[in-house]
Amino acid sequence: MTLAEILPLAGLGALLGLDVVSFPQGMVSRPLVAATLAGALAGDAERGVLVGAVLEMIALGTLPFGAARYPDWGSASVVGGALAARAEVMSPGTLTLAVFATLLAAWLSGESMVWLRTLNVRFAHRARAELERGSRAAVHALQAKGFAADLVRGAVVSGTALAVLAPAVERLAPLWNGSAETERAALAGLTAALGSATVWMLVRGAPRARRLIVAGVAAGVILVLT
Amino acid sequence: MNAPGKLPLMTRLVMLVRLLAVQASWNYETLMGNGFAFAIEPALRRLPGGVGGEAYRAALARHGVYFNAHPYLTGLAVGALARAELEGDTPGRIERFRAAACGPLGSVGDRLIWAGWLPLCSLLALCAFGAGASPLLVVLIFLGVYNAGHLALRAWTLNAGWEHGLRIATVLGHPLFRRGPDAIAQVTAALAGLAVPLAVARIVGDRPAQLAAALAVAALWTIGTALVARRADGWRAALIGVAAFATYSLVS
Repeated sequence: MTLAEILPLAGLGALLGLDVVSFPQGMVSRPLVAATLAGALAGDAERGVLVGAVLEMIALGTLPFGAARYPDWGSASVVGGALAARAEVMSPGTLTLAVFATLLAAWLSGESMVWLRTLNVRFAHRARAELERGSRAAVHALQAKGFAADLVRGAVVSGTALAVLAPAVERLAPLWNGSAETERAALAGLTAALGSATVWMLVRGAPRARRLIVAGVAAGVILVLT
Repeated sequence: MNAPGKLPLMTRLVMLVRLLAVQASWNYETLMGNGFAFAIEPALRRLPGGVGGEAYRAALARHGVYFNAHPYLTGLAVGALARAELEGDTPGRIERFRAAACGPLGSVGDRLIWAGWLPLCSLLALCAFGAGASPLLVVLIFLGVYNAGHLALRAWTLNAGWEHGLRIATVLGHPLFRRGPDAIAQVTAALAGLAVPLAVARIVGDRPAQLAAALAVAALWTIGTALVARRADGWRAALIGVAAFATYSLVS
């Protein structure tokens, strides 16, 4: 992958990474959106949304509660969407490797958020005296530094992950054994299982939850069969 | 106490936009404290002495310390405390309220948004994906529905905070917060049942045997989780599962 290909995707990763926590938390960073946008930027939105749907089922379990550690799906999903979209042919293995690359990037991005928050502590320490005096400039500067650092973080996560993982995916995809049909069924089964289990954990306390899920499944199966 | 008068529309709009960045300098010591000061600052300019005045600087310093709540509901505390500052409430009362608001605003928001509205909108978009919608339509449905709720909630909470002042318990007793999470969970349950078969069918394609196998795995795993597990840690399990599958497919 060339630098000219990586740069715009890293820019997208920066903006989507910013959305996760810093601004504006409009969930443009959800995998279904982020991977689709990256796929469109890399030339194939259809493959982007396919990767995004697989990742979204996994991400249903990621709830950004307070100070909990969680992946930054925005910067990470750019990797999966772009890797799937830029492959000349969607050969067996490409989808799984793109999803795997995203999960690795999500892991890295989750760690990078911890580093960012630690860096923000340092910024706050340096400005403490000014903040205690009620300095408007210090409040604004601290916001601006956090904002800028988060932009850089997202760009570095997406750019580094693409630079490292794109060649790996290109080399590994031809070595894949098994059909595309089996691959898709396995991947869909695995991620749907994780997504369904997560949703069950979220809704189990609601009145009539079981009946509503069963009714939904029945309607879904009928729609698939017709 | 002073009469607070009205907060001009432009000031409210600026505060609303700033609330979108309330977590921009989130850190492990003051959490969203600085973002809180950033969001409330436009209202503090109306304090006696204006920007740079003693009252302004004391209030800004008060609001830059530790604060943590759900970001979408922080506007409720920002609006309430802006009113308290302009009414001339005592610093002690303001600080006590500020500390006490963190817990309720965090737990109510987490339940309503992170565990409710967000999964619901994700599943709605997955339904659209499974029904064959174009990538653009899937994205527009998700962002449109999610942000209609998100932005309306942010604007409403800021205004409600200003209107009710430190009596925000009235707002937290609103049916949206009391009955909303259960209602959202019920819709989410039905949508999950609908979305999973549809989305899996689109991913697998027109291959009935593979589709049946994938759905059976999903159903068995969910039932197993419901019967045995107390939690489902999705993305780490996915990382391990996808790594195992990729390794098997590459070396077999």
